[in-house]
Amino acid sequence: MAKKKFVVGCFDDENVLFPAVKKVRLAGYKIHDVYTPYPVHGLDHAIGLRETSLHTAGFIYGITGTTIALGGMGWVFTADWPLNIGGKPHFPLPAFIPITFETTVLLSAVGMVLTFCYLCQLAPFIKKHHFHPRATDDLFVMVIECTSKTNIEDLQSFLGNAGAVEVNTQLAETGWWIGRYDKEQTLIREELPVV
Amino acid sequence: MSLLKYESQLREPLVDGTKTYHDVTEDICRPIEAKPGKLWYIGFFISVALLLFGIYSVYREVVYGIGQWNVNHTVGWGWDITNFVWWVGIGHAGTLISAILLLFRQTWRNGVNRAAEAMTIFAVMCAGQFPIWHMGRVWMAFFTMPYPNTRGPVWPNFASPLMWDVFAISTYFTVSLLFWYSGLIPDFGTIRDRAKTKFRKLSYGIASFGWSGSTKHWQRLESLSLVLAGLATPLVLSVHTIVSFDFATSVIPGWHTTIFPPYFVAGAIFSGFAMVQTLLLITRKVLGLESYITIGHIEAMNKVIVLTGSIVGCAYLTELFMAFYSQNQYENYAFFYSRANFFSPYGWAYYSMMFCNVVSPQIFWFRKMRRNLWVTMFLSIVVNVGMWFERFVIIVTSLFRDYLPSSWGYYYSPTIYEVGFYLGTFGLFFTCYFLFSKYFPVIAVAEIKQILKVSGESYKDKMDKLEEEPVEEFAHATVH
Repeated sequence: MAKKKFVVGCFDDENVLFPAVKKVRLAGYKIHDVYTPYPVHGLDHAIGLRETSLHTAGFIYGITGTTIALGGMGWVFTADWPLNIGGKPHFPLPAFIPITFETTVLLSAVGMVLTFCYLCQLAPFIKKHHFHPRATDDLFVMVIECTSKTNIEDLQSFLGNAGAVEVNTQLAETGWWIGRYDKEQTLIREELPVV
Repeated sequence: MSLLKYESQLREPLVDGTKTYHDVTEDICRPIEAKPGKLWYIGFFISVALLLFGIYSVYREVVYGIGQWNVNHTVGWGWDITNFVWWVGIGHAGTLISAILLLFRQTWRNGVNRAAEAMTIFAVMCAGQFPIWHMGRVWMAFFTMPYPNTRGPVWPNFASPLMWDVFAISTYFTVSLLFWYSGLIPDFGTIRDRAKTKFRKLSYGIASFGWSGSTKHWQRLESLSLVLAGLATPLVLSVHTIVSFDFATSVIPGWHTTIFPPYFVAGAIFSGFAMVQTLLLITRKVLGLESYITIGHIEAMNKVIVLTGSIVGCAYLTELFMAFYSQNQYENYAFFYSRANFFSPYGWAYYSMMFCNVVSPQIFWFRKMRRNLWVTMFLSIVVNVGMWFERFVIIVTSLFRDYLPSSWGYYYSPTIYEVGFYLGTFGLFFTCYFLFSKYFPVIAVAEIKQILKVSGESYKDKMDKLEEEPVEEFAHATVH
C-alpha cells in the first residue's frame, strides 16, 4: 500500500450527485469511490460497479449446512449408534427436516455475514482513512484518484461546476490497518532518511 | 402540471416535519450523546433489582433443586415453560418487522425495526433461560450439543421436538443478532464520526468495524440484508412452529392438535407486536422521536394486532369445535370441563385469555382507537397478559388432570421463586432495553435517510417548484 493523491468533491444532494457522476466518468476521470450516508439506489451501477455475488456465497453456505445436518444425523442414527425409537425407521426423514432447515439457515447466515465482513474489511479495531467526517451524516463524498496526467486544479474546478459544495485534495492511504479512532494513526510510517 | 405530482391520499408521510439528512442524524443521536434523565436511572435500577431477585431465585433452584418450585408429577412444566413460550412468542415481532416487511417492501418498518429487533434479541435471551434452568442439573446442559464425545459417544435424539427446539432457538438468536448488528454498523459509523469525547470515539470506532460508507459496501450490505430477510422469514415461522411441536407431537389431550403451528405463529406475532407497542410508545415519548415513530406507525402495528388477534380467536374456536366433533372423551374433557368451564379450577384463566386475546383487540377495528395512544398502550399490555394466560391454559389445564384420576386434586400455583424467576427475566429484558436505548441508535439512521425524500415533508416543497415548470421543458430535462 502506498499513499495516493485524491481529489475529493462533496455533494449535499443525490439529485446533484448523479449527473455529476455521469459527467466525471464521461470526462475520463477514475472514480475511486463514492461515500454516502445511506445506500443510494442505482449509484453502484452509475459508477460502474458490477453486481455483488454475496448471495451466491450464501447459497453455497446454505447447501453445505443442509449436507452437514442430513449427513450427520443420518450417520449417527444409521451407522454410529442406531437406536430403536418406538420402532420407527433409522432414517426418519420427516423428523430430520426441522434440524436440517435450521442448520441450513444458520450456516448460510453466519457464512454470509463473515464473507461480507471479509470482503468489506470490517472488523473491530480496523481503521481506514475517511475522506470526510460528514460522509456518514449528510454528505455524498466523491473521491477521484489522481494519476500523473491529472491536472488537479482543472479537476477541482470541474467538480465545483458539477455542483460540489466542498472540494479538496487529500493524500491518503487506501488500505486498512489495525488502529483506534481516538488516536491519529496511519498505516505507513514516515521512513527516516538514511544518513 | 398536476401530472408530475402524485400525492397519495391514503399514505401519510413516514417522517413528520421538514427534516434534512443532518436533522435525522441529530435527532436520533442526541439521546446517545446526552446524559440520561432521572426516569432512565429509576427504570434502570428497578430492572437491575428485578434481575438480582431473578438471579437469587435461580440460585435457590440450582442449589436446592426443582423442589423450590411447585411443579409436581402431573404439572411438570408449570410457570417455567409458560414463560418460555411467552418470551419466545414476544421475540417474533422483531424479525417479522425486519424480515417479512422488508420482503413486502413495507417502508414503515424503517422507523421501528431497530428497536423491534433489539426487543427480539432480549426476549429470546429471556426465553432461553427457562428450558436451561428447568433441566435441574444445569451443568449437564452441554449434553444437548451434538459433538463426538467420550460418553459412548452418546448423541442427542435428533427426532425429538425438544432437540429441534435447541436448534431452532439458538439459530433464531444467532441470525437475529447478525441481522441486527449488520444494520447497526453504518449507524455506529455515524456516531463515531460525530463523537466529541475520546471514549466515544474509541468505543464506537470499535463497534463500527471501520465502516466508511463506500458504495460497494452499501451494495453488499443491501444484498446481505435482503438474503438474510429471505432466510429469516421461514426461520421466524419455523421457530414457533417447532415450539408448538413440543406440545403437538405429544399424546396429551388439548395439545395433540394439528392446528398448533399456525395458531402459535399467529399468537407469537400478536404478542410480539403488543410488546413492540408498549416499548415504542414509551421510547418515542422519552427520547422525543415522535417525528420518526408516528401515529401512522402505531396504527399500522395495531392493524397487525387486530388481524393476528382474530386469527388466534378463530384458532380457539376451531379447537373447541374439533374437540366436540372428534367425540373423543379425553379431548372433550380437556376442552369443555378443564378449560371452557366457569366452574373448573382454571376456568378463570381460560376466560381471561378469551377476553384479553379475542374480545379486547376488536376495538382496533375503529380508526380512532387505533390512533389513540392511551388505548394502544393499555391494549398492548392487556394482549400480553392474555397471551401469557394462553400458554398457562394450554400447559396447566391439560396437565393438572391427567389419565390417572388418583393424581388429581392438586391445584397448581407457583412458589415465590417461580415468580421470582419470571420477574428476573423482566429484569434482564428491561436492563438490556434500557442500556440499548442509551447507547444504541434506537432508530436505523441510514434507513430513515433512505425514505426521507420519498415520504418526508421537505420533498413536497421541491415538488411545488416542479409544478411551476412547463411540462415540455421538464420532460426534456429529465430524458437527457
